[in-house]
Amino acid sequence: MLGLNKKDLSLLLIVAFLALCAPFILNPFPSDSSLAQFNAGYPDLMQRFVIFGIFAIGFNILFGLTGYLSFGHAAFLGVGSYSAVWMFKLLSMNVVPAIVLSVIVAGLFSVVIGFVSLRRSGIYFSILTLAFAQMSFNLAYSVLTPITNGETGLQLTLDDPRILGASRTESGGIPVTNFFGLDMRDTYEMVVGPWAFQFNNGYYLCAILMLISFYLAIRIFRSPFGMMLRAIKSNNTRMTYTGLNARPYTLAAFVISGMYAGLAGGLLASMDPLAGAERMQWTASGEVVLMTILGGAGTLIGPVLGAGFIKYFENIFSKINDGVLHTWFGFMPDGLEDLVVTLVHPFVGKGWHLTLGLVFMLVVIFLPGGLVEGGQRIGRLFRRKKSGDEAKKSTQSTPAE
Amino acid sequence: MDAIILQILNGLDKGSAYALIALGLTLIFGTLGVVNFAHGALFMIGAFCAVTLQRILNISFETIDPTRTDFLGNPMKVKTTYVETWFGPEVGASIIDWAVPLAILFSIPIMIGIGFIMERGLIKHFYKRPHADQILVTFGLAIVLQEVIKFFYGANPIPTGAPDVFKGSFDFGMLLGFEANAIIYPYWRLVYFAFAAVIIGAVFSFLQFTTFGMVVRAGMADRETVGLLGINIDKRFTIMFGIAAAVAGLAGVMYAPINSPNYHMGMDFLVLSFVVVVVGGMGSLPGAVLAGFLLGILESFASMNEIKSIIPGIDQIIIYLVAIIILLTRPRGLMGRKGVMED
Amino acid sequence: MSNSNLTRRGLMKTSALAGAGLALPTIFTASSASAFTNEPTGGTVTLGFNVPQSGPYADEGADELRAYQLAVEHLNGGGDGGMMNTFSSKVLQGGGILGKKVEFVTGDTQTKSDAARASAKSMIEKDGAIMITGGSSSGVAVAVQGLCQEAGVIFMAGLTHSNDTTGKDKKANGFRHFFNAYMSAAALAPVLQKLYGSERKAYHLTADYTWGWTQEESIAAATEAMGWETVNKVRTPLAATDFSSYIAPVLNSGADVLVLNHYGGNMVNSLTNAVQFGLREKQVNGKNFEIVVPLYSRLMARGAGENVKGIHGSTNWHWSLQDDASKAFVKSFGEKYGFPPSQAAHTVYCQTLLYADAVMRAGSFNPCAVVEALEGFEFDGLGNGKTLYRADDHQCFKDVLVVRGKENPTSEFDLLEVVEVTPAAQVTYPPDHPMFAGGALGNCNPGA
Repeated sequence: MLGLNKKDLSLLLIVAFLALCAPFILNPFPSDSSLAQFNAGYPDLMQRFVIFGIFAIGFNILFGLTGYLSFGHAAFLGVGSYSAVWMFKLLSMNVVPAIVLSVIVAGLFSVVIGFVSLRRSGIYFSILTLAFAQMSFNLAYSVLTPITNGETGLQLTLDDPRILGASRTESGGIPVTNFFGLDMRDTYEMVVGPWAFQFNNGYYLCAILMLISFYLAIRIFRSPFGMMLRAIKSNNTRMTYTGLNARPYTLAAFVISGMYAGLAGGLLASMDPLAGAERMQWTASGEVVLMTILGGAGTLIGPVLGAGFIKYFENIFSKINDGVLHTWFGFMPDGLEDLVVTLVHPFVGKGWHLTLGLVFMLVVIFLPGGLVEGGQRIGRLFRRKKSGDEAKKSTQSTPAE
Repeated sequence: MDAIILQILNGLDKGSAYALIALGLTLIFGTLGVVNFAHGALFMIGAFCAVTLQRILNISFETIDPTRTDFLGNPMKVKTTYVETWFGPEVGASIIDWAVPLAILFSIPIMIGIGFIMERGLIKHFYKRPHADQILVTFGLAIVLQEVIKFFYGANPIPTGAPDVFKGSFDFGMLLGFEANAIIYPYWRLVYFAFAAVIIGAVFSFLQFTTFGMVVRAGMADRETVGLLGINIDKRFTIMFGIAAAVAGLAGVMYAPINSPNYHMGMDFLVLSFVVVVVGGMGSLPGAVLAGFLLGILESFASMNEIKSIIPGIDQIIIYLVAIIILLTRPRGLMGRKGVMED
Repeated sequence: MSNSNLTRRGLMKTSALAGAGLALPTIFTASSASAFTNEPTGGTVTLGFNVPQSGPYADEGADELRAYQLAVEHLNGGGDGGMMNTFSSKVLQGGGILGKKVEFVTGDTQTKSDAARASAKSMIEKDGAIMITGGSSSGVAVAVQGLCQEAGVIFMAGLTHSNDTTGKDKKANGFRHFFNAYMSAAALAPVLQKLYGSERKAYHLTADYTWGWTQEESIAAATEAMGWETVNKVRTPLAATDFSSYIAPVLNSGADVLVLNHYGGNMVNSLTNAVQFGLREKQVNGKNFEIVVPLYSRLMARGAGENVKGIHGSTNWHWSLQDDASKAFVKSFGEKYGFPPSQAAHTVYCQTLLYADAVMRAGSFNPCAVVEALEGFEFDGLGNGKTLYRADDHQCFKDVLVVRGKENPTSEFDLLEVVEVTPAAQVTYPPDHPMFAGGALGNCNPGA
């Protein structure tokens, strides 16, 4: 049903289940335990999981299927965010027009950039997108400050001319983003014994949009269009010899991934109406590349896994400071405890980038198919299937579920 | 007119850094065919070699000086460096003063060693992998190196001064016949430019006039045939990687007085260096150097107030604009060979 | 080609499931209704320290964190009490805040608005922080202040110097103790006039973000008011590390004073570049070329080394002040950490104490009660003399220090000397001053 085969449908349902029950799954530890540090079930982080999941799914359509490595997608994320905030300022606090505008603007932007960048391929394409991303970042940071407000970021003020809404609430504050009246910020907290679960409106909106995007991605993967894209990756020359022009397909893939990025940007701004210029830096693009590779480029669920993994690490690992380490290892004798804390210290807290870099290198070297390939290998180990063929070592292997 | 000459000098100075890094990048790409995103990190490590040497020379022991008090009212602890006690206060102080040029000698073996380790340990396994993988793994390596440096040296820029002799500025205008004090330029930046020129000259003559260099050039043109001729190209390429790392490191060492080294200076230079390499033509050494200087001068000119008043913000984006235009119209770059990576 | 078995029965089943799923959150009862966000229950209260731990201001952030930990220790009754003993309000006795033990969580702003907001949100939503404080950049401070206003928690600003934080972007839940660009300019201008005369031509290099703009505006207005001519105002990108191309035009511009509206790494680099280009030795129009750095910090001076000798600027506080409170703080901090505190450490320590004191006086953690307790609060004994927390804009008005780089520093901490202590009255401006217009406090937001 829904035009999917059985395997894809079960995948979609699994992802849907995970997304909708995330508040439970992500808060497994009781609030007072020392492991409560690892609870990821608070609204901001859950929203980021699914928003960056959308971003990574879109990027995967470009990189995973066509093999074009773009370092410029952060620019679309940023553009989407800025358009959404402007829509909040000018029109209404309803998220729907903001999201629509962010997708459209990001799509137009990606048409322009894609048209220019796709004239070259391979490393040149990557560097072109890198150059565009840095250029957009510099423009947003310093040059176009009336539009983007530079380093502070674009924020809502009490004097916004909101045509279809109020400039300020009765209590004199700034109104909240809403979905036809449903405040995005509202959170129900449910306390069941020592556990606490938070259900947030904004998160569910993003999760539903993520499921829709995921569904669209599956459809694209399995469609003739997706097959064309894979043909471009495997042998572009042969494809042109058969008389097919690759350019419109790659451009379409680029624009689609750009629109996904714009959607992610618009959602980021809908949850928290601030658009900062750092979203457009090329290192932010590097982050989505990391997510896709880590999860498994070219697979369906890989990007989502990768996005969750990295965002979890970014927010949870970076909060583990020395105090927390001491409480964990407190059971050890003092000298040993200090030694262990000193050893672990560089890898957590503000040094979490180090752990991320190391994990990334290990994944690219040993597990180019990402976490999905890792999961498959473990699964093979258990099932003891005699798989004699080792997939060719590359991050761009043919997608296999 | 003098403003223009000043900006040209600035551009040459900035361009020297770009050219040196781009030279290393092109060497690696031309010989090994590997896209090395960790090259900026090598530049940064070079700068931190200078910092390390300065710190080593400044290792001191404390004595209590009861005649002076510190901020809490306790007797002041005075630090004296070991170097000063071994060599006498004057010679010791001048050794510490010359830490940066001394770091050149200190850093060459370190950088070559790091280059070797990188190549043998990691890059070697990525020759056959697609460029995307190379980019990704070297990107990861760059992050790791950056974080390691940040862990040991902190997140703040560490001022590393040039030797006292070079601290002032030089009345350049006098040389060109301008009136006094019309064009003043810091000594150390001129030294840097001269140093870069020497290094570039050394690399080029090495490649041009030695047998080793000839083999490497042949390998850059056609690696397979060189192998068929029975020459072990791998070992030579490893040595080239070490040399490229050393070039980047030296660029970093001498750059330390110009901009205090901090842990993310590598990433800042990396993007621009790649742009330079692409503009110059991937695989073309003269192209990389030329493009480095050109883009440096262009960036300097674009930050002139007169130009900025016509097109505001042009200094931020000029390099990228030029790169985009060149990539679109002449993808092999300024001096690349026709047919290389053109599809 | 699809195999959809869309029957009426199937549709009813799936929609029933979907409806149940969507209604899921509302079936469960919400937790106990609290009067305001993160109302502390139990025996502890959590404060959120959102400081830069990486990026250009990591040094200041580390110092802020040290001061915060010291403050928490003092609030909980440990240590020697520090400035709690000299504080004019005597309600803080060391038993925590309203009897609850003070705990804290830390976050890394990375000096980026996005990351700072995410970190603050995590502290509010996950760790239950009742107050967010810290920061070393005005852009970040404005962003986090906005977030705290929306979320319904109090924001006690750390190191933020831009006029906008209590001007255009002021918020009812936000409070600032640190001085601002207008005050710097008002304190510096008379000193500069005395030293350099009234016939100067100033060239401004400004960091291109909110702090730089307001700083440039303030100092230019103040210097022009005393007769100086502004030759040029050039914006430099915040991320720039090499200022040679911006310094070069200064040489031939006819200016004889260079005003560096830079902070942190920017200032270290631009000052170093300026000195490298021989600006200190230059003579223009028969006068010595001078450099002015309106906002100083000792950590910055350390980074710039000997280049700061004789250069004037302003700070919020300096450890060499001899009043009882400053000495007590220097002693407390120095004994615990081994070096004197910076102005960043001082301001955040004061903010923590002021917040705790306000809660105690209000008898509640409710943000609106705290706002009421802090508005119009006059106090002394925190190192700056008599201070007023003005109700109209939540800004502290106190004495401002004009400092100068020492010619002969006696130690690595003794880099600056206080030239003059400008009384608060001289740096006070009316609440409707044009440089601070464009925003409104709004009403306090208690959140849930």
